[in-house]
Amino acid sequence: MEFDALLLSRLQFAFTIAFHILFPAFTIGLAAYLAVLEGLWLWTKRDAFRTLYLFWVKIFAISFGMGVVSGIVLSYQFGTNWSEFIRLTGGVIGPLLAYEVLTAFFLEASFLGVMLFGWKKVGPRLHFLATVLVAVGTTISAFWILSANSWMQTPQGFEVLPDGRFVATSFVEVIFNPSFPSRLAHMLLAAFLTTALVVGAASAWQLLRNRDQPESRIGLTMAVGLLAVVAPLQLLVGHWSGEVAKEHQPMKLAAIESYWESKANHPLVLFAIPDRATQSNHYEIAVPGAGIIVAPPDEVVQGLDAVPPEDQPPVFLVFWAFRVMVGLGLLMIGLGLWGAWLTWRKRLTDNRWFLRFAVAMGPAGFVAVIAGWIVTEVGRQPWVVYGVLRTADAVSPVTAGSVATSLLIYISVYAVVFAAGAIYILRLLDEGPDVGRVEPSPEGLRAPGTPLAAAPDEAPGDPK
Amino acid sequence: MSLDLPLIWAGLIATAVLLYVLLDGFDLGVGILFPFSRSKEDRDVMMNTVAPVWDGNETWLVLGGGGLLAAFPLAYSIVMPAFYLPVILMLAGLILRGVAFEFRFRGRARGRPFWTAMFAFGSILAAFAQGLILGGFIQGVTVVDDRFAGGTFDWFTPYTLLVAVGLVCGYALLGAAWLMWKTADELHGDARRWALIASVLTALFLLGVSLSTLVVHPVVAERWGWTGAGFDMDRFLPQLWIPLLGLIGFGLVGWGVAKASHGWPFVGAALVFLSGYAGLAAGFFPYVAPYAVDFRTAAAPDNALGLMLAGTAVILPLILAYSGWVYWVFRGKVTPEAGYH
Repeated sequence: MEFDALLLSRLQFAFTIAFHILFPAFTIGLAAYLAVLEGLWLWTKRDAFRTLYLFWVKIFAISFGMGVVSGIVLSYQFGTNWSEFIRLTGGVIGPLLAYEVLTAFFLEASFLGVMLFGWKKVGPRLHFLATVLVAVGTTISAFWILSANSWMQTPQGFEVLPDGRFVATSFVEVIFNPSFPSRLAHMLLAAFLTTALVVGAASAWQLLRNRDQPESRIGLTMAVGLLAVVAPLQLLVGHWSGEVAKEHQPMKLAAIESYWESKANHPLVLFAIPDRATQSNHYEIAVPGAGIIVAPPDEVVQGLDAVPPEDQPPVFLVFWAFRVMVGLGLLMIGLGLWGAWLTWRKRLTDNRWFLRFAVAMGPAGFVAVIAGWIVTEVGRQPWVVYGVLRTADAVSPVTAGSVATSLLIYISVYAVVFAAGAIYILRLLDEGPDVGRVEPSPEGLRAPGTPLAAAPDEAPGDPK
Repeated sequence: MSLDLPLIWAGLIATAVLLYVLLDGFDLGVGILFPFSRSKEDRDVMMNTVAPVWDGNETWLVLGGGGLLAAFPLAYSIVMPAFYLPVILMLAGLILRGVAFEFRFRGRARGRPFWTAMFAFGSILAAFAQGLILGGFIQGVTVVDDRFAGGTFDWFTPYTLLVAVGLVCGYALLGAAWLMWKTADELHGDARRWALIASVLTALFLLGVSLSTLVVHPVVAERWGWTGAGFDMDRFLPQLWIPLLGLIGFGLVGWGVAKASHGWPFVGAALVFLSGYAGLAAGFFPYVAPYAVDFRTAAAPDNALGLMLAGTAVILPLILAYSGWVYWVFRGKVTPEAGYH
């Protein structure tokens, strides 16, 4: 393996996008959760909802900022590292990215200012509207970027001109390409699950210390309710995604299941060390007959032998990333159902083993999201646009030295930013919802001698 | 009648970049001025003047980049590799200063001074790197067969360094003028002094850059009627309004600083940037990847441009309206008492 500009650019893209996806995966769900909390507060006037809102909005502010800055990197990286990709396909994929900026980024960025700093500058209804618009913005953003990604997986609605450039023949077909609906549903549910797991873990952490912490009881109940419904649903949506891959990206499915031969009645491979050199699995543990969850009996499923080895995706990574994702998904279902059972028995906050399990599952959503994206993106290789444009033909005319330098810069900057951000978020989670009990002061002016005069002034976004 | 889509998109992207320079210019400028502030309280106020709006401001950069990608993919795919390292440095700077807004409020004994320093460092780095890109853009890019074919460090010349330092001073001027507008009392006095110094430096660098552009770059020189010994007035006079606009801008800044005015220096600084921007546009229109690819060659297919224009025609006015509304919500002076502690 040679460390040329191509390999380094791939490593850099993998690193920067894996870092970035952590934040949208969390903030898409959290923005919706905040909108729900603020709505419930306006509707029921219960202070607990406001306290929860003011607590989670601080965490949102930190995560969102990190998502914004790591996202700008990606919009420029298409040009710095994958300029041939854009030169050739820009006329097709460009409008999707432009629409993401126009319909989502401005909406999020502008109303985020009001959401974080406008608590006392605008009325409660207008503030609620700002929160809702930020949440809507994050979802619109997911719509466009997943449409663009899905087009790269299952391209249609275009033709290639004699000079190699792509031109769209139908933008409706480009946007609503075959893998888009399932991918969008899968990612949005993943974002909700990630948020629910973090909210659940943070609440359980507080309840382990003080089982009567009122806001944490609400937080845990809401998280469990979402998990119990969405985690099983996600299993079905994930299966739908797999069906789409079987039809449109058979080599991705073959890598996921580590099927080397094209045949009917495959077993279900539970464990294996796939080896591209020998084109086979080592130490395979497979369940005969269980392959029916991949395909009905007697349906021939393409194996990796259907294409030459140079056209096969890296099997090991795809196979194992998929198993990590599914394993965590099953644990999420377990957490949701156990929690629902305890809620029904009115013992949700009493069972310390359940609370510990909920805390341990806090990061599971992030890990599953990254594993899922490894399946999606590595499974597409060696193509950048599946079956049409190779990754190797998409890279910029830059030197390996330049890319090595930039990769080093990204790694150092992200290490500092991530470490600090993680510390600040964990610190807030440890302090718990009490942080949200102090409302931002009206213009900071409080009568001296009142109880609040000694309390720290805090805006939802940033006390300092 | 059919619309000239490439021309419209060239205009839209030029407008987005201009808005970016003016808007993020002042909030980068606030960061550049951070090292000169007196106290933590002053820095808190300075940061609070831009905290609710910086994210929206920076989105214009994403629109500039994303718009170039979508409307002129060929130009985007040439320009980005050409300025590979400066773009990375700019992004690194923007990351460090962007997270500093939240992190500085969260940091404690060690964290806060660190993120204060990172806010200043990131702002200066981003501004400097943008200057390198701008200078490299004016120098021109080597293109063979529709691809960038120059060297890794083509953008690193005395000329680009001059432009980069000049742009840092220019952003500092915008930042100082913004602070005169948004702050009161002692900080307003400091901002006044910063605006004076920054405007003198900006004027000197702008003059230096303008003259050396005429010497360094024959294509731009020819546009401005520079013959090597003097100006060809037939070419120069129709563009005379551009340097005059800059002079008026500097005049307004000087007058506003002398009067300890609040709003006028910012108007003046904006005019200075407008003049510089128009001067550039006059220098290399219609090139989008100077001086090899013009905007028509680089344009995306008409159906892509048309699809985007249909949405933009509706959405852009909305964006301008709600962005303006956010500025309105956060209007008025920011003081330590009325801030967000």
